[in-house]
Amino acid sequence: MKISAIITLKKDVLDPQGKVIHQTLEDMNFKNINEVRQGKYFEIDVKENDPKKAKEIVEDMCKKLLANLVIENYKIIEIQ
Amino acid sequence: MKSSVITFPGSNCDRDMDVALKKFGFKNKMVWHNDIELPKSDLVVLPGGFSYGDYLRCGSVASKSKIMQSVINFAKSGGMVMGICNGFQILVESGLVPGVLLRNKYLAFICKNVFVKLDNKNNHYFKNLDKDIFEFHIAHNEGNYFCTPEQLKEIEDNNQIAIYYCNNLGKIEEKFNPNGSIKNIAGIFNKEKNVLGMMPHPERMIDNCLSGEDGSLFFKNLINSIK
Repeated sequence: MKISAIITLKKDVLDPQGKVIHQTLEDMNFKNINEVRQGKYFEIDVKENDPKKAKEIVEDMCKKLLANLVIENYKIIEIQ
Repeated sequence: MKSSVITFPGSNCDRDMDVALKKFGFKNKMVWHNDIELPKSDLVVLPGGFSYGDYLRCGSVASKSKIMQSVINFAKSGGMVMGICNGFQILVESGLVPGVLLRNKYLAFICKNVFVKLDNKNNHYFKNLDKDIFEFHIAHNEGNYFCTPEQLKEIEDNNQIAIYYCNNLGKIEEKFNPNGSIKNIAGIFNKEKNVLGMMPHPERMIDNCLSGEDGSLFFKNLINSIK
């Protein structure tokens, strides 16, 4: 079963890459941006058919490796 | 005195560290990341480099490698563990020292000499050093030290800040902060002060012909204070 996870920087953590992307987009005439934050997206095919269990496995992965909880949040976003 | 330098795939300062430790009298062993047992050591060093290509987050994959469980146990039993640059990133990812190292504030890879000021000499790494300001070399892309306000309070309350970025006179100001680190922090200890993580490379300052001598002072003092 495929589970996706999105890792984003927490609100108060500086995201210089997001700032540069924001600036570049503005220079390209996208003038209607408040803020850009860059994150990571994972698609994990888990050997588990129970959606609840599969989600729990990916959540455990997020806590232990995929996200650093000092600076990042994770969100399990979809099940296919 | 026995030391061990851990080599991860992508480490590139491991041999420099080996040369530095041997020059000042350590009997050093190189230890592969896939080993399980740590040789008997008085000091374990996690060297600089780009372990596992800096994939996911710098140091995150190395922090889960086989040898790290032994390094963590060694540190928790009071053993001295020093992480330099990528080694510092591995220490934060393994939870041995608090905080994280983010991308440099101005997004540039920084490679230059900097001055750092020691904050606390009440530990094996810095005790008996007779000066406070050292010139070391830094070379990193992710050295921007960050922690939560709660962690910062705890770090300050326990005197865990090891070194600050400063100028040649020891002034600690934002304009001497190369990478955006909170409070100009260049290195920190764990609570017990047996684990030290720092971005600057003392092993690059051990030869008067090539660099300065401040690394020599650091290593000479280190072996004497461990004895």
